[in-house]
Amino acid sequence: MNDAIDIVIAGIGIWSPEVRTWEAAVAAFCGNVEIDANAASRPAPSVLPPTERRRAPESVLLGVEAAQQACEMANVAAKDLPHVFASSYGELGINDYLCETLANAPLEVSPIRFHNSVHNAPAGYWAIATGCTQSSTAISAGDATFGAGFLETALIVAASGQPALLSAYDVAAIGPLRDVVACDSKLGIGLVLAKNHAAPVATLRVRHGIDSAPPRLASGRSVLHASHHENPAARGLDLLQAIARKESGVIRIAAGPRLVLDVEILPWSM
Amino acid sequence: MPSRISPLAITAYTATCAAARGMDALARAIDARTSGLRPNDFGADPLPCWIGRVEGIEASPLPAEFAAWDARNNRLAWIALNQDGFIDRAKAAVAKYGADRVALVVGTSTSSIEETEQAYRTLTPDRHLQPGQRRPNVHQTHSLGSFVQAVVGIDGPCLTIATACSSSAKVFASAARLLQSGMADAAIVGGADSLCGSVLYGFNALELVSRDPCKPFDANRSGLSLGEAAGFALLESITVDKFASRLAGYGESADAHHMSAPHPQGLGAQLALNDALARAGLSAREVDYINLHGTASRQNDEVEAALVARTFPDSTLASSTKGWTGHTLGAAGIVEAVMALMSIDRGVVPGTLNTQTLDAVCGSQIVLDNRQRDVRVALSNSFGFGGNNCCLAFVAGDRA
Repeated sequence: MNDAIDIVIAGIGIWSPEVRTWEAAVAAFCGNVEIDANAASRPAPSVLPPTERRRAPESVLLGVEAAQQACEMANVAAKDLPHVFASSYGELGINDYLCETLANAPLEVSPIRFHNSVHNAPAGYWAIATGCTQSSTAISAGDATFGAGFLETALIVAASGQPALLSAYDVAAIGPLRDVVACDSKLGIGLVLAKNHAAPVATLRVRHGIDSAPPRLASGRSVLHASHHENPAARGLDLLQAIARKESGVIRIAAGPRLVLDVEILPWSM
Repeated sequence: MPSRISPLAITAYTATCAAARGMDALARAIDARTSGLRPNDFGADPLPCWIGRVEGIEASPLPAEFAAWDARNNRLAWIALNQDGFIDRAKAAVAKYGADRVALVVGTSTSSIEETEQAYRTLTPDRHLQPGQRRPNVHQTHSLGSFVQAVVGIDGPCLTIATACSSSAKVFASAARLLQSGMADAAIVGGADSLCGSVLYGFNALELVSRDPCKPFDANRSGLSLGEAAGFALLESITVDKFASRLAGYGESADAHHMSAPHPQGLGAQLALNDALARAGLSAREVDYINLHGTASRQNDEVEAALVARTFPDSTLASSTKGWTGHTLGAAGIVEAVMALMSIDRGVVPGTLNTQTLDAVCGSQIVLDNRQRDVRVALSNSFGFGGNNCCLAFVAGDRA
């Protein structure tokens, strides 16, 4: 009944204001460096044309940057990968703009900001920038968005045998929505998952089960855990930290209110 | 080309839209060619256009136990869940297989943002949400998924897909993968999208909204009419009910072209169609009916009509049912999947309501009048912003 999914991580990407590359993240997870909290305020993914890099909403930049990094590490052609963009809240900045404009001057709604408000805007910009005509999905699953996106991506790999891309990201709430959205940081995590790969970053065995109290993020574990405690994408940090430290063992990731994924990192061969 | 998949039985389905609540009423509306569209009366100072509004949502708050989710979109989902005994079928699946063995995949474009819009119209003087609006469940995309999950009591995989107007078509693809992998024994799929200021004023700003009732594929079409709808379906192994209609294939693609305009040659739409047929093990000439995306926008209909004309034989019939429902955005996938399933189960192909003169680009496949027709294979097309495409293939079950 509960067959394990065997899968490898072929590439990882990460962007937050403190950590803009996987190398920097490894150092942060291993406690080796001081983090410069003011290093950069916006990602600037080179795959986007310069105009869009300047004008695109923050969630697009974040989702695309994490995706691009993961594909580059995996050394795969982005245009060949089905992709899953996973975000709990989507473009909170445009939501605030739309609701504010509708309350005051609805006829002034900007057509571009409206079409950028769709939850799949980052996935759409990614497909256009990379020329990717594969399946393109955008999902949301509340606090379990990272785990649900990981599962969706793993099942695309399992069904097709081909690699697939996950980009999980959330941006900070602004305006009145801060009363109900605790997320106060920017974090994007990209993963290329595959059946196999010439030089995998990690080899995983994924099982699922029910836990009436799915894991909460341990805030003290790393500087990144502390900075992004309220960001749903941070549900991927435990897995990334174990990989950065080359630890084996099982990482439990919430994939629903009670559904959990037990992601076993198989022993490192090197 | 993807390889063939095992078909799944669709053991229950329902839809609620401006034209009808539930399947009996929807069949009557189709047969009588009664449109659900009416002059826009949504919100203060409504734009001059027509909308597909579901009557009575305002007067139907959610039961007290679900008050944390009360919002127009979830009310609409609740109305749909309670049609045709669907909620009982869903709960019976949970009882039969176990809560952890049933998956839930729903689609929406704007979820309950209408509630957030309302909250912004009534902010406190220091720009905070009023206490009654501090309900995290409604001010996020997964509002719909978490609501249905709580209502039905599901512990299996649960997610909300939000890929604009293809959202609740893609739920079938995700559910098929979940069942194929053994993660679940049954899946509840569906979607809901409700009228809100964001889409009425947003599509108006994009100059895609018609002042008249939408006329899909008409030479004189002038844009879409927005609507709201919700629908659900239950997917199980075909061994459960060999007579039930089946999901036979799905295809998903991206145009990689433009955020709000389709690829001019329908590249992504063609890829999605090809993949759906390949997974179903079907060829184009076996298709009896296609429920088209057919929004009545200039570009969509031109590209989609050309795709149909060049791909299918004269024996295939095709139509857009948006003259009944309006363009229900993130709910269009499930509503039109239901239309396709109805055509198989009733032997009636709906025509294209409101349309008088077909655009010259249309082939012989696109029909204006309803037709009696034995339908064994029916497709449904859904295309969304971001160049996001999904095509579903349904086939009849065993016939006694």
